[in-house]
Amino acid sequence: MAKRVGLEVSVAVGDAAKLADVDVVAAYPITPQTHIVEHLAELVANGELRAAYIPVESEHSAMSACLGASAVGARTFTATASQGLELMHEVLYVASALRLPIVMAVVNRALSAPISIWCDHSDAMAVRDSGWIQMFVENGQEAVDNVICAFRIGEDRRVLLPVMIHLDGFSLSHVIEPIILPEQSEVARFLPPYDPPLPLDPEKPVTVGAFAPPFIYTEVKWAQEMTLEGAKEVILECWREFANTFGRHYSPVESYRTEGAKVLLMTMGSLSETAMVAVDKMRDEGKEVGLIKLRLWRPFPFAELRQAVRDAEVLIVLDRALSFGGPGGPVCSEVKAALYREARRPEVVGFVGGLGGRDISMADFEEMVNQGIKLAEAGSEREFEIFGVRE
Amino acid sequence: MAKAKVKPKAKAEGELSWKEIEIGCFITEPGNATEFRTGAWRSRKPVVDFSKCNKCTLCYYYCPDGCIAKTPEGYFVADLFYCKGCGICAEECPKDAITMVEEEK
Repeated sequence: MAKRVGLEVSVAVGDAAKLADVDVVAAYPITPQTHIVEHLAELVANGELRAAYIPVESEHSAMSACLGASAVGARTFTATASQGLELMHEVLYVASALRLPIVMAVVNRALSAPISIWCDHSDAMAVRDSGWIQMFVENGQEAVDNVICAFRIGEDRRVLLPVMIHLDGFSLSHVIEPIILPEQSEVARFLPPYDPPLPLDPEKPVTVGAFAPPFIYTEVKWAQEMTLEGAKEVILECWREFANTFGRHYSPVESYRTEGAKVLLMTMGSLSETAMVAVDKMRDEGKEVGLIKLRLWRPFPFAELRQAVRDAEVLIVLDRALSFGGPGGPVCSEVKAALYREARRPEVVGFVGGLGGRDISMADFEEMVNQGIKLAEAGSEREFEIFGVRE
Repeated sequence: MAKAKVKPKAKAEGELSWKEIEIGCFITEPGNATEFRTGAWRSRKPVVDFSKCNKCTLCYYYCPDGCIAKTPEGYFVADLFYCKGCGICAEECPKDAITMVEEEK
């Protein structure tokens, strides 16, 4: 029987990859991802995990090694953050286009310059369009559960796509949380072996990553898009099956105390936990405020989002990334786009905050809600608001 | 002159719908480059004057596409299914037996 234990979230993520019985880990250490790959290196060195650990000289090589490993049919895991994710950028597109179900934990960290080792989502947003399935987790248990789910989703014959699990640097990755690690035997039953349809095999040669002239490129990209869109059904199916097996439920968009809420806050990642406490306080004071937590980022859960916010009058979206010279935060602009055709939709107010690890406290969320309500009533000349900047 | 070994396919790549493409656009049939009419890119074709040719084989070895083959008479001629019209054979021919001639529409 699985026990609840106190674990550093990074170590638990490494343990989750071990429970998934990965064959290959290729990674380059970078703060704040380091503890995940250090732990995996230790597990391999100690003989506790039968896998090849490939130490490489850069993240570009890490992802390239993952490509090769996954293409021969190895279950492949890696992790990175920030500048490391940017350095693998071009290879990310190859992984998704070649339909290789690599799983990667991205420990979200701000991008340079100036150098910041702390959390925001600018690294994740820069790889938004890379064709990977992407989800944001808010606590250690979600991270563990979804690393396991990621292999099952990605390796499904209807999907065959790589998966990124985004978890906030330090505020999530380096905290010790009570976490239930499932039993190896349970995970083995839940997660069938990876059986790629066209592995690299000298007995049955295939050409991978060939040249595509204009007459076929569009068809290949559309096939990829249809697969990513269709992956949502497999994700929902996996989470249903996970709930049946392990008793923990996940959904693409989660609502917290939204019954009768005229005002909704929307968050992604570990700040959702603080926002829940803030919502509790505001509810206790009689304010009709609820919280929407966006877990699935790609494929974007349009239907679930529309359903979740349809009865609200004001929707306040917090982004932890700036789209310079653009509409503010990528999450808010996508939410606005998703609601554009809805006859009934809330007034959407976008805040950008929590950049480079700046904390957003319970009081900050209350302040954001108050400001958001005023802006929704009075209208704003700006596309978005920056939260907490000193004038 | 070597004939292009083209195996007829159910559909050419340019006719495939997005649903018919192999996962990840993998190519599952080794050596299928023989099916591509690379000669369609050509703007000039090599024409051999057999009266000047001394069968030295240099054009055969220099052809970057390997599309020049020996005829039963021992001369060397490019397979226009593949020949891209690069002109290397004409440039290298020590007897100036090969002339590059504009393709007509």
